[in-house]
Amino acid sequence: MSVLSQLRRRGTILPPPPTNYDGGSGNSGGAFPLSRAYIGMWVLLTAIIMLFAGLSSAYIVLHGLPQWQNITVPRIVWANTLVLFASSVALEFARHAVRRNQPAGVRQWMAVSGILGISFLVGQVIAWRQLVAAGVYLSTTIHSSFFYVLTGVHALHLLGGLVGLGVVLQKSFADKLTATNHEPLRVFALYWHFMDVVWIYCFLLLLLA
Amino acid sequence: MTDTQGHHHEGEHAHPQLGFLRKYVFSTDHKVIGIQYLVTAMAMAVIGGTLSLLMRLQLGWPHDAFPFLARLMPKAFDSTGHMDPGFYLSLVTMHGTIMVFFLFTAVLTGGFGNFLIPLQIGARDMAFPFLNALSYWVFLVSCIVIFSALMVQGGAPLGGWTAYAPLSALPDLDPHQGTGMTLWITAIALFTASGLMGGLNYITTILTMRTKGLSMMRLPLTQWSLLITAVLGLLAFPVLLAAAILLVFDRVGGTSFFIPGGIIMGGKLIEHTGGHPLLWQHLFWFFGHPEVYIVILPAMGIASDILSTFCRKPIFSYKMMVYAMAAISGLSFIVWGHHMFVSGMSPFLGSVFTITTLLIAVPSAVKTFNWLGTVWGARIQFTSAGLFSIGFVSLFVSGGLSGIFLGTSAADIQLQDTYFVVAHFHLVMAIAPLFAAYAGLYYWFPKMFGRFMNETIGKVHFWASFVGVYCVFFPMHILGIGGQMRRIYDPLNYLFLQPQQVLNVFVSISAFFLGAAQILFLGNFFISIWAGKRVTENNPWKATTLEWETPCPTGHGNFGPELPVVHRWAFDYSPPGTKEDFLPQTAPAVPAARQH
Repeated sequence: MSVLSQLRRRGTILPPPPTNYDGGSGNSGGAFPLSRAYIGMWVLLTAIIMLFAGLSSAYIVLHGLPQWQNITVPRIVWANTLVLFASSVALEFARHAVRRNQPAGVRQWMAVSGILGISFLVGQVIAWRQLVAAGVYLSTTIHSSFFYVLTGVHALHLLGGLVGLGVVLQKSFADKLTATNHEPLRVFALYWHFMDVVWIYCFLLLLLA
Repeated sequence: MTDTQGHHHEGEHAHPQLGFLRKYVFSTDHKVIGIQYLVTAMAMAVIGGTLSLLMRLQLGWPHDAFPFLARLMPKAFDSTGHMDPGFYLSLVTMHGTIMVFFLFTAVLTGGFGNFLIPLQIGARDMAFPFLNALSYWVFLVSCIVIFSALMVQGGAPLGGWTAYAPLSALPDLDPHQGTGMTLWITAIALFTASGLMGGLNYITTILTMRTKGLSMMRLPLTQWSLLITAVLGLLAFPVLLAAAILLVFDRVGGTSFFIPGGIIMGGKLIEHTGGHPLLWQHLFWFFGHPEVYIVILPAMGIASDILSTFCRKPIFSYKMMVYAMAAISGLSFIVWGHHMFVSGMSPFLGSVFTITTLLIAVPSAVKTFNWLGTVWGARIQFTSAGLFSIGFVSLFVSGGLSGIFLGTSAADIQLQDTYFVVAHFHLVMAIAPLFAAYAGLYYWFPKMFGRFMNETIGKVHFWASFVGVYCVFFPMHILGIGGQMRRIYDPLNYLFLQPQQVLNVFVSISAFFLGAAQILFLGNFFISIWAGKRVTENNPWKATTLEWETPCPTGHGNFGPELPVVHRWAFDYSPPGTKEDFLPQTAPAVPAARQH
């Protein structure tokens, strides 16, 4: 039968019959393997990936121009990177504690993680001050502009993360994190580790100029 | 208590009664948020449309004085009543910005997306209702900010909706590029944040909250289009935000990301050096091209579903429709260079972008043939919604065909920045989505407000608009081939454009006719909310999808105590051996005597 004659026979073009007429063949809400918060976080992280992809593509393009001038990245940034990594490790200890149902341990390790996160931010500000002291400002060269913009945008994301950490910590104090259900902590850890990776990426980008 | 009210209470399952403010203003109900988006976007459309009419006034009669308007807007006109050229460029910029972002993106994803997603997938609300409400309020703030750019000292920005650097990066270059441009960037950044919150909700909700039996391949095409659009927005808007961040630093931080050395401003060499203005174009169009699909994809989805309903036939080749939308969205990220063929791009790279651009014609043609296949041999019900969805197909084809010319670098170098381009993108990404949005409004109005819009006025509105848009935009192709540049303030300034001025006059008169026709719609819409014919049944259009299982208007919580269970796809129109000519998605396998 030709396509056209098939078309003319109104209403006879039917879809393949659904496999299970009793319903439930679709993956309904309850059956979806990931929590809403987890998916929502991945959606957010995708947006953040694209934000940094946009910034770094600008970086790579301008880096290729003959006018590009390098700056020396302050040494303290290496120490900051270690501090941020330690903050992620501390968060893993918190997750370890929550799986063993040790609420005190959860709070301790989360506090450690938060303090290390704040230390990282303070360290970044010190790096900025050192650059300023050396006479390297936002507008000095394109490389210095990118240093301030990339560290600044990343720091803003970490500040947002610290707010999230506060929310999860408060849930822990309200005894809402259990060994079997601690989704807020899991979702937050995803964000926090991700920001670690983003930072290492930015750092390498700035370093390998 | 009437029957409707009875339904209403049944629908309000598990949702406590709220006061007026919480229920209709600061609501987290996705339907209220959707309607808020719709109405706000309509207000923006009125503003954006008025700006375009002012432009047409100038283009039709460039040497005439308009003393009445001059009295109304003394800063925009000189003492003799002639329009200021800077003001004209502001009109171009603000019209484009308002229409692309604050009307089309907002009305299709924000308005229909919010209203329809939970209803069509059988959920009670979005995954994150608070975030959803926040998304609307941030959007509203962004609307106010962009509107205020029209009011500030110095005037609105004049660099076009694309805000090309270095004009956009140097606030001292022109008074318009000062506060006005800053407000423009602020509004776009807020809009991006709002869109991200919305997209986060759409993706999560469609993936995780579908009711029992509603597999992905049973979703209505509207849902597929909204999902794909949300993914597009998620990948495209952050890149615009990145560019906007760099632009802000260029403007206020003294950086030179987009500013090359050697620019002389006010007789003095500027201090900036080291940047590249084309970088802005690359970043902008990497966002900008997906953006046009962010506008057209939901329009395609909505038009497909409505077309199928009023043809009383299943959509032709459902799966290919889904794959075609996915293919279009994938391709949209590798075609941005076709906006930059005249930027000094290497001809080889131009050929690459030509090929990727022309590839888009394949899924677009698949969709067009499937729409034709759906309409073919159908006993079409010519309701206002049905007419507008057919109109959508017509406009999409008319606008899409000129895209093949513009996507080919050899032809584009001749046609770039002429009215041919203006005609192309208005038909394909402005008027076609507008028609789909009208189709959606006529179609879902009963679900929103429990009343019908007036069908007779609706049909007059359709025919006036359909004839109007072709009269406005078709002659623009000829104007463009004749060499008329886009953003031109006075065509009579050029000898070679003078012979075709009569076409400009014709377009302008048609534009005023088209504008007047939209007043019909606005009147019909707002009067029908209170005085339209009441809807007495859940499913007045005899449609299959889940939103029609709920009362008109749908109450809080959407569905009764039990969520619906889906047994079939969304397009069971005219199946053989049934009493009525459709089977709702909830109908079990063997339709017993259906109860009402």
